[in-house]
Formats: sequence, C-alpha cells, structure tokens
Amino acid sequence: MTRFLSGLARFRRGPWEMLATILIALGVVMLMQPFVLWAFTWSFIVTLVGTVMFIITSHFPD
Amino acid sequence: MAETPIDRLARNTPASVAHRVRGLSDRAIAWAFVTPTILLLLAINIFPLIWTIRLSFTNFRANRPNEPVEFVGLRNYQRILTDPDIWHTMQATAHFLFWTLFFQVVIGFGLAWLINRKFKGNDLLTTLIVLPMMLSPAVVGNFWTFLYQPQIGLFNYAVEFLTGGSVAASSFTMLGSVELAPWAIVIVDTWMWTPFVMLICLAGLRSIPDYIYEAAEVDRASKWRQFWTMTVPLVLPFLMLAVLFRGIENFKMFDLVVQLTGGGPGDTTLLTSIELKREAFEKWRTGFSSAYAIILFVTVFGLASIYVKALNKVKER
Repeated sequence: MTRFLSGLARFRRGPWEMLATILIALGVVMLMQPFVLWAFTWSFIVTLVGTVMFIITSHFPD
Repeated sequence: MAETPIDRLARNTPASVAHRVRGLSDRAIAWAFVTPTILLLLAINIFPLIWTIRLSFTNFRANRPNEPVEFVGLRNYQRILTDPDIWHTMQATAHFLFWTLFFQVVIGFGLAWLINRKFKGNDLLTTLIVLPMMLSPAVVGNFWTFLYQPQIGLFNYAVEFLTGGSVAASSFTMLGSVELAPWAIVIVDTWMWTPFVMLICLAGLRSIPDYIYEAAEVDRASKWRQFWTMTVPLVLPFLMLAVLFRGIENFKMFDLVVQLTGGGPGDTTLLTSIELKREAFEKWRTGFSSAYAIILFVTVFGLASIYVKALNKVKER
C-alpha cells in the first residue's frame, strides 16, 4: 500500500494506470448494474475520467 | 547488349526529376507511403468523431437541416444518463454481452481442445464447425426465427425430445416470451460465433511445442496439472484476444438481434445499438443520439485500453 501511494506521489506509471483501470471498471459496472439509477447517472463521468487518466498516465515513466 | 524499356525510361527521365527522386530521404519516402493512409483515417474516423462530439452538444436534427442549430450544453448527456429506458437497454446489453462471452469462451475452448487431438476426419469436422460464422447474420437471424417457431420449429421439438416430453414443443415460444427472448439471442450468437473463438484457441493450442508436454511427462505431471499449469496459461493471450474481439463486436450487436426479435417482446432484447439507431434514424434526434454514441464510444475505448494492457502483461509472462 505504501509503495502504491509513493508511486502515485512520484507520478509512476504502474500505480496511476492501476487507479485509471479501477475507475474505468467501476464506471462500466455502474453503467450496466440493475440496482440504482444514480450509479448509472454518474457512470459516464467516472469512465471518462478513468479513460482520460489512462491515456495520460500511460506516458508516465515506469 | 540490347536496351531494355527500363534503361530507356531511365535515359529519358529529365535530370532535374532524377535528382529529386535520388534526393528523397528514407524518412520522406516513409511519409509518402503513410500519408494517404493517415489522410483516409482522418477523413473517415477522426473527422466524424470530432463532428459527433460537436453535434452531441446541440439539438441538431438531420431530417431538418435548415432549422437553426442551438447549443444545448450537457443537456443531451443529462437526459440520457437519467433515462430509465436507456438504463434498461444497458442492462439488456450487459446480459447479452456477459452470457455470450461466457458460453463462447467455455464451448470454444472445449471444442478447440478436442479438435486439437489427432483423429480421422479432423479437418472435415473443423470445416463443419466453422460453417456458422461464414453465414450472413441476416440469414442466420432469418432461419433461427423459423427454428424457434413453436408450431414447426425444430428447436422446440429438440427441447421436447431432450426433456423426455415433459416440456411440450408448442408450450413455449422462445422469441415471444419476456423470460426466454434474451436467452434466445444468446443461443444464436453463441451458435454463430463459438467457432471463431475455437479457431483462435486452436491456433494457441497448436503453437505450444510438444517438448513441453514431453518434459512434463518425464516429471510425472498429471494431465490435470499439465492442463492448468501449461495449456491454460499458454493459450490465455489467444483467449483474451478472442474475448476482446467478441466483446467489442457484441457490444455493438445489431443485425442478428433486429432480425430475430427487433428488440422485443416489449424492450427485453432492446440492445444499445438498436436503441441508438432508433433515436438517430427513426426519431431523428441527431444531437441526442450523438451524445449516446459518445457514451458508448468512451465505454468501449476504456474497456479496450484495460484489456490491451492486460493482454500485454500476459504476453510478457
């Protein structure tokens, strides 16, 4: 966990990509889940933030 | 020695042109080859994408091109993301996507594993299994509609036969039932596209060298252990590629489902692509449907990014 946080602080690719991946996956689950409408409403913004973050962070150093 | 046409062409080329051609660097030649492709991509991919993003913030209707176009900000996105009907189409798509991928991977891998063994008639059987994916989705949709007919359809009679007569052929209708219709489209897509997954898995299985299994035999590894620790990990990149292809294809599935159910009964099989087409070309809400398309695009793009990353990690192992 400490390694993950220090990687985020030092703008390393691995942890940031992991964070972006979690956001994308969360966004897709929110988009397609059948339980609560508010999760569907906020799903797009979560997926969009994750996707943009993924594109940017894939250029960070390892 | 007689002069060839090439020699003659070279002799007749003006010195200035010949100099120019000789003077092209490798980089310039590379650009000369790549430029037409880039221009084509810009014209048919990037420009429509940017145009769609622009339209998604307007109330433009393609059937009323002369009406003034109004900028509506995020209103289209807001409407889509608070609409319970669109939420329902997302759930129908998720159901279709999950179960088709699940069945295609399990059955496709199983078939590839069986076909990979050497036996008589192997090639003929492979050809027969691959046949469904060669057919047009419109044709497949049409003839499965007949197969699902409760009165004359073979599918219903097969179910009656397999259940020992406890489920009568005319007692259920696959395409007309709210409970069964989502499964009816899953069955047809699985029937049609499992061979594709099988072929990719077969390529993976055939790429595993025999000496690895021979070494495992020497080490007295059981068949079960060989399967889980050698076969599965080595085929995994191929399997993931198949899932990526099928996942993206099924996310935008249209023709097969339109032919089978048209989105019905009610809206139980109304997938996002069908709903999108209705909004864009039946209701002519171009701005609204552009926003809808952008939401789907971002979702697929995000998923594909994760997937490609995972695929690269598996290949690095």
